[in-house]
Formats: sequence, C-alpha cells, structure tokens
Amino acid sequence: MAVTRELPDVAVKPATAERRRSSFARLVFVVMAKDLRAELRTKEAVNASLAFAVVILVLFNFAFDLDDPATRTIVGGLLWLVFAFAGTLVLNRSFARELPNDCLDALVAAPVSGATLFLGKALANYLLVLAVELVSLPVFGIFYNVWFPFGQMLVVLALGTWGITVIGTVFSALTVNIRLREVMLPMLTYPMLVPALMGSMVLTAQLATGIPIWGESATWLKVLVGFDVLYTAAALALVETVLVG
Amino acid sequence: MTAVSVDGVWKFYGDYPALRDVRLDADAGTCLALIGRNGAGKTTLLRTIAGFSKPGKGAIRIFGQEPRETETRRHIGVIGHGIAVYDELSAHENLTLYARLYGLPDPRRAALEWLEQTGLERVRDGLVREFSRGMRQRLAVARAFLHDPSVLLLDEPFTALDDRAIAVLQRLLREALANGKTVIMSTHQLREALELSSHVALLNRGAVAFHGACTAEMLADPGWVYARYGEG
Repeated sequence: MAVTRELPDVAVKPATAERRRSSFARLVFVVMAKDLRAELRTKEAVNASLAFAVVILVLFNFAFDLDDPATRTIVGGLLWLVFAFAGTLVLNRSFARELPNDCLDALVAAPVSGATLFLGKALANYLLVLAVELVSLPVFGIFYNVWFPFGQMLVVLALGTWGITVIGTVFSALTVNIRLREVMLPMLTYPMLVPALMGSMVLTAQLATGIPIWGESATWLKVLVGFDVLYTAAALALVETVLVG
Repeated sequence: MTAVSVDGVWKFYGDYPALRDVRLDADAGTCLALIGRNGAGKTTLLRTIAGFSKPGKGAIRIFGQEPRETETRRHIGVIGHGIAVYDELSAHENLTLYARLYGLPDPRRAALEWLEQTGLERVRDGLVREFSRGMRQRLAVARAFLHDPSVLLLDEPFTALDDRAIAVLQRLLREALANGKTVIMSTHQLREALELSSHVALLNRGAVAFHGACTAEMLADPGWVYARYGEG
C-alpha cells in the first residue's frame, strides 16, 4: 500500500523498513506464538478441555456394550461429539483472553489486518485442540478397543479440527463482548459445524470398520475439504467486520 | 499541517447519538485536551479516531488517511482505559510482541530501550500479573510510545497513575510535543492536562460546546471553561 505524501517522514521510515521484514506469514506466527505462550503459561483452557474429553470418554465407555460389533459404527459420532465440545472450551478462551486489560483494542490498533489476527489465533487454537485430540485418542483406543490407521486418522483429525477451529475462532471474536459468551459460542457454532462434523464422523466410523477414507468412499473426504476451504474463505472475508464493525 | 481531522462525525449506540456532528482539528505538534462530564462522548470520540469503531456519519482523517488504513495505524499510539498488556507474559515479552506487530527493525532492542525509559528494566522478565499497579501503568505507557507514533490518543491518561508514572508520562508527552507529535487526550484532571495542552475541546452530550486555544483564564481556573461553555 502506498504511503501518502501527507504522512510524516519521521514515522514513515520504520514503516518502510518493516514492510520488507514483516510478511503476512510472519505476523500470523507472532500472533499464534503469543496465544500459545499465554495458554501454556496458564493451561486453563487446555487442562479443562482435556479433563472434559477424558471424563466423557470414560463415561461413554459404561454406556455402550463394547462387545457389540454395532458399537464400532457409532464410535465416529462419539469421538467427534467429544472433540467438538472439548474444542469449544479452548475456543471460548481465544478472544476472551484479550478482554482483561483491553488487549483486543491494542491488537485492533496495531497495523495488522484482521485476517492476520484471525489466522494467528485460529492456528494457535488448532494446535491446542489437536493436542487435546491426540492425547484423547489413545484413551479412546484403550477403553473402546478401537484402533485407527494412524496416517488416515491424522488426515481426518487435521481436516475436522480445522473446520471446528476456523468457525469457532470467528464466532469467538463475534461473541467476545457478549455477557453470555460461554453459552452463545456453542449455540452459534454447532449448527455451522454440522457439515464438518458429519464428514468427520462418517470418515472416522469408516476407519473403525476397516474402510479407507479415500478410494471409492472419498466423497466425505472431499466434502470435508470443501467445507474447510469455504469456512476459511468466509471467515477471512468477515473477520475485519467482526472486529471493527 | 492538520494531523487529525474530525469532520461532522455522528456515532450512534442504537438510536442514542453518543457523538453529534463533532468537528475538530488538531495540527501536528499540538496537544488537544478533550474535556467534558462523564458520558459526554470523550471516550467514544477517541475510540472512533483510533479506528476501533466506525462513525455512523462523517469522516475522520489522520494525516489525510482513514484511521483503519494499515499505514495510518503505524502512526497512532493509544492509551485507553485498560493497560493493553498481557498478564501471562513478561514485560519484555509484551513490548517485544508489540514491537513485532508494528514491524520495528529490532523488536527486542526496542523493547529493552522502552523498559529503561520507563524504569522497568530490572523487572523485564517478571510476569505482568506480578507487577504493582504503577508498574503496569508505566508498561502501558511504554507500549503506546514504543513505535514512535505521530499521533497519541490518550483516554484519561493520568487517572489512577502513581506519582512516578505521572512524571514519566508528562516527560514523554513533553518530548513528543517538542518533536512535532500530536496529542489528543481526554481527561478529568484539568490542571495536569491544561499544563500540556495548546488547545481545548469541551464535549457536552456528544456535541462540541467549545473548541479553541488554551487561554490564561483556563490555566488560572481549570473550571472556567465548564462555567463559561458547559454544564458548569
């Protein structure tokens, strides 16, 4: 973007030097690293999310007959419901973390785009939710005696989690100033997540019954990729309006 | 040169007009004190100038540019009601973060320099949540000045500051004004503000009741402008 002649010279100099150094990706990394560092110091969202996921998986274990082969067909649904609820606990903190000292104002005032802030926060959330899922998965395997092919399950986790994260992060920004944001976030997020969750559930159930996610049954994989791309594009287009109005 | 121009700005919260046809200018190198009773619209005006929210009607220009332009934001420094630093990060990490966001050439060094300027170098690695209130406020001042902004927007900057933080802020503001920076501050501390200000704007229920140069009457009696133009 061209600097107009009216902007004072003294302030333009660092900006010009900055432009060479600070690429979009670098600023996204700065925001992501800040969020991860803050969360790893307190662990308030990750601990709550992980505890919730493990407790629910243990409780579900007593609700179903694990010797019944039909149970394998519903494990996808079980697993992704747990991931969706546990993920919301992480996502709720994403923008709420900026509230205590009005840090969101300082971020909005900084010369970075809304898309940069959004992607930085979304990536931090993604890594945190993915970490919770990767810890929960062996717990699930032990209790339910269901083991997935790791590579294919990782693809499903990566795609499904991005869908949860990208929608959750944008709604976390939207609800950050609402008094009942802990209630509003899931109410707004889950209906939007239905296609991504459906895809993830079906693919996970396929893996549990020994059907690979690609080949003839790749339709849901394509649906999941399509929704992830759509969600991401819509979030990037809307986030500036969400943050500033 | 006009640094900040507010031209016929209206801002609505629902149907309520928080700002009503506000027209103000601030030239480079001047300090404008925004005064007015609680709820007069000072904070709303500062937040709108800073680009935190868009005006319902009218236009705001910072050196002729929209406040939300990325380049324009490099020239604005803001101290709001909150200190805008992260409790979970150290003082040095906080300033380094903002130095990176503003694209300063050597973020870590810039952060260290401002920790020294504000007397926080000894606690550079301490987490902000462990800081006293005065230390937190000095860190907020360092954050706002870190990127050498041309326009400083300060919302009640002297409120609840300890003596040391007031001294630091006044020194930095005097240096900034001497270097041609523009300062717009909302305040209830008229005496401290008028000592620094070249101009005064009185807001009354969202409208500008008075806008002009700071006069001898105001310096002699900070309440004079309220009595003469406002809800005295």
